[in-house]
Amino acid sequence: MGAEQRTASEKADFKRELTEVVPHLRAFARGLCGRADMADDLVQETLLKAWAAQDRFQPGTSMRAWTFVILRNAYLTDMRRNRFRGEYDETVAERVLTAPAGQEEPIHLADMHRALLTLPPERREALLLVGAGGFSYEEAANICGCAVGTIKSRVGRARATLNSMLQEGSIPRRSLDDDTAHRAILEELDDVAAGLGVAARS
Amino acid sequence: MTSSASSDNQGGKAKPQGEKQPEWANGLRKLYDSVVDEPLPDAFKDLLSKLDSKD
Repeated sequence: MGAEQRTASEKADFKRELTEVVPHLRAFARGLCGRADMADDLVQETLLKAWAAQDRFQPGTSMRAWTFVILRNAYLTDMRRNRFRGEYDETVAERVLTAPAGQEEPIHLADMHRALLTLPPERREALLLVGAGGFSYEEAANICGCAVGTIKSRVGRARATLNSMLQEGSIPRRSLDDDTAHRAILEELDDVAAGLGVAARS
Repeated sequence: MTSSASSDNQGGKAKPQGEKQPEWANGLRKLYDSVVDEPLPDAFKDLLSKLDSKD
């Protein structure tokens, strides 16, 4: 809550760090909501919020972790407003398919993205943070405002689910237009959002 | 971009065979990295450059 005035050089540092973290925000957002255009909207929203809240950023701490909290909160809020129906963007998959990654069975990337999007949101974000973003369990727990053990179990479950889906090649098309599924997701979101306070407020 | 400087065990691509990772684990990372490596759309550059003036 440092309300002290920031020096010009601190502001410049903030701006630079914020700029550097944008590609990571885009990657996290795309993993969360699956659609490139919506993900980028989310990142823009995050940047504006981060900028407005910059006095609350503690220099020397992780900009990536700090902005991920903001992005995550914005995502959850938008989800509740029904902005994302968790739609799967085929064009993203196509693009990923032809991405330079192509050395080893690139087909799996698209499958995996789809599988990822069928996971309950709290497991998806946990897996994204740890398995893709390279955060430690502790860092991920901080970002999500929950206990380390909770993150570990979410990641564990997410991995188990992906394992079986990808091995059996049976990735359910979790229809988000389906009311029941949608309601279930919103309930899950309530749980996820309940953990908001801790990391978000500081 | 220093992609995560955070403590993590999957730094290099060739993993020692300590912890057994499912084959897709690496793909998850790739999915993320493929977006990180994309050139930044102009919309973001515009937004970032506008931030200062809004002070």
